[in-house]
Amino acid sequence: MTARGDRRLAWILVAPALGVLAVVTGYPVARVLSLSLERRVPIFGIADFVGLANYAFLLRDPAFWNALRVTVLFTVTSVALELVLGVAAAVALRAQRRWQGASLSLLLLPWCLPGVVTGRIFEWIYHPSAGLVNRLIAFVANGQPNWLGDPHLALPALIAADVWRTTPFIALLVYARLASVPPAVYEAAAVDGAGRVASFWRITLPLLFPVLLVALLFRTLDALRAFDLMFILTGGGPAGVTETLTLYAYRSLFQTLQLGFGAASAVVVGTLVVAIAWGHLSAAEGRGANA
Amino acid sequence: MRTHSTVVDGLVLAGLALYATPVAWQLVTSLTPTGDPADVMAGLSLVHYRAVLEASPMPRALANSVGIAAAATLLAAVLAAPAAYALARLPLPGRRLLLLGIVLSTALPAVATVAPLYLIVRALGLRDTWLAVILADTSFALPLSIWLVAGFIRDIPRELEEAAAVDGASRLAALRHVVLPVVAPGLAAAALLTFLFAWNEFLFAYTFTATEASRTAPVALALFPGVFETPWGDIAAASMLASLPPVLLVLGLRRHLVRGLLAGALKE
Repeated sequence: MTARGDRRLAWILVAPALGVLAVVTGYPVARVLSLSLERRVPIFGIADFVGLANYAFLLRDPAFWNALRVTVLFTVTSVALELVLGVAAAVALRAQRRWQGASLSLLLLPWCLPGVVTGRIFEWIYHPSAGLVNRLIAFVANGQPNWLGDPHLALPALIAADVWRTTPFIALLVYARLASVPPAVYEAAAVDGAGRVASFWRITLPLLFPVLLVALLFRTLDALRAFDLMFILTGGGPAGVTETLTLYAYRSLFQTLQLGFGAASAVVVGTLVVAIAWGHLSAAEGRGANA
Repeated sequence: MRTHSTVVDGLVLAGLALYATPVAWQLVTSLTPTGDPADVMAGLSLVHYRAVLEASPMPRALANSVGIAAAATLLAAVLAAPAAYALARLPLPGRRLLLLGIVLSTALPAVATVAPLYLIVRALGLRDTWLAVILADTSFALPLSIWLVAGFIRDIPRELEEAAAVDGASRLAALRHVVLPVVAPGLAAAALLTFLFAWNEFLFAYTFTATEASRTAPVALALFPGVFETPWGDIAAASMLASLPPVLLVLGLRRHLVRGLLAGALKE
């Protein structure tokens, strides 16, 4: 087997996949960049090159800044809650001696539901008069908050639904990492007189650091890209308090059909996400090189 | 000691059961004739399921979803397996750059590429067809599959292939008879994950479909018709039907799935 033969075989094997990726990913990425420099409204047959005008308009649009603020608020809050709850759930699961299979199945259930289903479930749970949440509230207090219609409550309600859906993913990752820690580590700590709380802070958390970093990355990317849950639950309303960048971009693209302007906002979302992924990869590589 | 651990075991299980309440609430709603879970004691029935299966676009949408998700999964697996092998094992100029591109394309948000894909789909006359959604799904399914499978292949000891080479097998023969069988569980895990993502995908499916001919289950559920009032019982039944395939797959193949999920995240 010659080295040159191997190289040719390598190209033959990757060519079909690369060809398809060039069409479904490479070209669209290049095209969305060029589209963002055009004023393009297909229904009127308009397609002019306008340079950076779309971006300039974007920066002047208060709705864009609102969407950016909502996106950051949504992402930071939900990811932080998910990490804390996910670690707690994983630690609880590790404490379990029996019925772990049943527990894991229950944990996987919210994670594997289609986002639209989760949206429909929470839409019903948040229903002002017939929803589960307000029925429970009725036992202890008066009033029927309109969770998805009240500008003060809509974003927290949306975040709660997202946290419910994705905490299991983090719990699962952390659980798997904990399962791979030899019990001897904890036994040694106990011999040295470390209590449960001390060994959680001194041993468990440091061991979890790498996997938490990965979970943080995955979840941040997903939260920035999230679409289906808010599309179903609030559609960005009321009064834009739940309109994330993704919804803002989608609305410009397909509801007002301004492809050029919509492309500019889509480029902003894409750049944000890819930059974060890239940053994480370079940081991970740096740590790997030092280790 | 024994009783203590039973209490802990029970508490954890009960806590997780409580966590699943929203799903249970939807399930009870779907089985209560009035669509009001408070009436559950008056008896359960399947009227909402019958309404959904006989008089809504849901059955067709479920069939579309099965076809589209299966085709996207198959396409991704067939294209990904050879590419992943080359990336994991063979000398490929620009390998690092290719891998970086593949990882970054798994991070790409659908909203970033949806407009150009929409223009492609329209230019090719593919609007409202399965193929449009399959192609769009491939844009995230393929890089994800390559990434996962390449990781599994890297885990195979090189000695296995070298032994085959000593026995006179060519690269391709070794790939087929040595590597493929060993990596099959990894391939299955990647395929399962791809299928789930394709089944649950909403943004592309919502954009590229227009009628019952190609609408997937999530799209049909999002657009579920209500004439004068929202038919909560029917919607609940439709939600349960749209969730059934992913739930059955995940619970049935739990071990494979967990393996696939952890592969990307835990070893670096």
